[in-house]
Amino acid sequence: MTIYYSEDHEWINVEGSVGTVGITEYAQNALGDIVFVEVPEVGDEFAKGDEVSVVESVKAASEIYSPVTGEITAVNEDLEENAALVNSSPDGDGWFFKVTVSNKDELEELMDAGDYKTFIAGLE
Amino acid sequence: MMNNQGRPTNTSSVKNVSNIYETFTGSQGLSQAEGLIYEIGDTERTGVDFKEVNDFKSALGGMERTNEIGLAGLTEPEVMRHYTRLSRKNFAIDLGLYPLGSCTMKHNPRLNEKMARLSGLGDIHPLQPISTTQGALDLIDTLAHWLKTMTGMPAVAMSPKAGAHGELCGLMTIRAALEAKGDARSIVLAPESAHGTNPATASLCGYRVKPIPATEDGRVDLEAMKEALGPDVAAIMVTNPNTCGLFEREIIEIADAVHAVGGYFYCDGANFNAIVGKVRPGDLGVDAMHINLHKTFSTPHGGGGPGAGPVVLSEALAPFAPMPYVIAGEENFELIEHDPTGKSFGRMTAFHGQMGMFIRALSYMMSHGADGLAKVAEDSVLNANYVLASLKDIMSASFEGPCMHEALFDDRFLKDTGISTLDFAKAMIDEGYHPMTMYFPLVVHGAMLIEPTESESKQSVDQFIGMMRHLVEKAKAGEIERFTGAPHFAPLKRLDETGAARNPVLRWRANEGEE
Repeated sequence: MTIYYSEDHEWINVEGSVGTVGITEYAQNALGDIVFVEVPEVGDEFAKGDEVSVVESVKAASEIYSPVTGEITAVNEDLEENAALVNSSPDGDGWFFKVTVSNKDELEELMDAGDYKTFIAGLE
Repeated sequence: MMNNQGRPTNTSSVKNVSNIYETFTGSQGLSQAEGLIYEIGDTERTGVDFKEVNDFKSALGGMERTNEIGLAGLTEPEVMRHYTRLSRKNFAIDLGLYPLGSCTMKHNPRLNEKMARLSGLGDIHPLQPISTTQGALDLIDTLAHWLKTMTGMPAVAMSPKAGAHGELCGLMTIRAALEAKGDARSIVLAPESAHGTNPATASLCGYRVKPIPATEDGRVDLEAMKEALGPDVAAIMVTNPNTCGLFEREIIEIADAVHAVGGYFYCDGANFNAIVGKVRPGDLGVDAMHINLHKTFSTPHGGGGPGAGPVVLSEALAPFAPMPYVIAGEENFELIEHDPTGKSFGRMTAFHGQMGMFIRALSYMMSHGADGLAKVAEDSVLNANYVLASLKDIMSASFEGPCMHEALFDDRFLKDTGISTLDFAKAMIDEGYHPMTMYFPLVVHGAMLIEPTESESKQSVDQFIGMMRHLVEKAKAGEIERFTGAPHFAPLKRLDETGAARNPVLRWRANEGEE
């Protein structure tokens, strides 16, 4: 398994042909207290870069973009009741959805942990 | 905690401002504690005496409600006091400077109110025969004339009832125009600094929104915009001056570029106040623009009254405008309710629009005159630049300036203080000010967008600047509690905004606390 990061602050943890997607610690911190998450439905298909989910915090509403092209195989239903999971555990219990990775080449356009760290350091 | 009726309140957040001692009632002198209206009365009594009805027979055939509805009964003085007390906790433009950037909270002249209450205007009804409302139709036509004149546009749709409603009207007009050419398109471009209503409007109209990044100096990135253009772009929505308080210098190039691919240029006129009497949007290539009468033309808003968002339209879009509209006939003014050409996209509102706001806006225009309106733009820009120049040594201005009608700061000056933009805004409440717009626009970090408007005197703006400098000094001196605990002097102190959003309690229920 490998974790990749997008410039929009999503992470995707790829195991076999399925990736689990969430937002990064940096993103949850920037958004502030998250009060609502809209997740897609299982079976929905998205192209890389499509708007797939919406996060609402006390500051703003933000879109979550699909880091890869694929089909949704599972969504984190706990977020419906407890959006705060994204704040408390952005890279664990606060995951958003699982998506099939149909084109592995798309992962090459994402960053690894080291590159992402450098990327956010440049945003400060 | 008890309220002054001796009844317990469950507003646990009603706390004493003073830490010296608590009052029995929870009131602070003239700042009276007030519970919910349901908690003041009780279900055992009624504020109104009804005669007993003898031999009552229901006509509802057994369908009438017989169980208790659980609403509290109150007397007239109780109701009066309740709402008067609540009103005293409110902040309003009539109480102080209201620097809410992008909202143009200017003074609402009392002359406007006097005009709106003239019985010939105040007591009419939209369903009256139009032979009896000629004066009102004349007024709408006159206002329309001046809106067209000031914007340099040939047509105006008067009926939209707010800025966002105007945007919707504009995009529906654009869609109708494109579809009439058999050229339905799917994309609308909106800069990253756009008002949130712009992408929302485009989305509601069925368009996909493509964001356009901002340049380093806070303006639309023309090159990126040109790259995003194509035969599928229906329109671009640009606010000018933009939400960073800056004039889009390349506005004509933007208009030309979108026209070159057959798209339309929608201008968000929310910030028209900064250029009224100075710039005619029609000269910039605008195809449609809403005008917030409740901003630029001083009609009350923000809880004080309904908005009004007439949309001026170019020659190309005019035939597709919504019904109804007023035209000056040979002898009388007429209200066109059915489009003879069949091109209009339809009707957005039941009636003519916000008549009360039309009266106030025209009153504002007539009392200012052309020279006065140009002076409005000058003074609003002057006041904002005075704020920018007076604070930029101690706060972090996002862009060098000069600015237009609003000054944008970000939170770099609070770095390492442990105080956020939100905390800073809350401390302004303790100082008796409505906070500025915060966390918008999104293109800068922890934004603070300050719009003093032209209503404020130099003395008033000086006091505001003095207050801001005072707070910045306290923040930098490490007085964190002043900010993170603020507001300390508001009736309900710091509210749990996250809790309210995550677990909203939208309905009062009897005996909630006892369950």
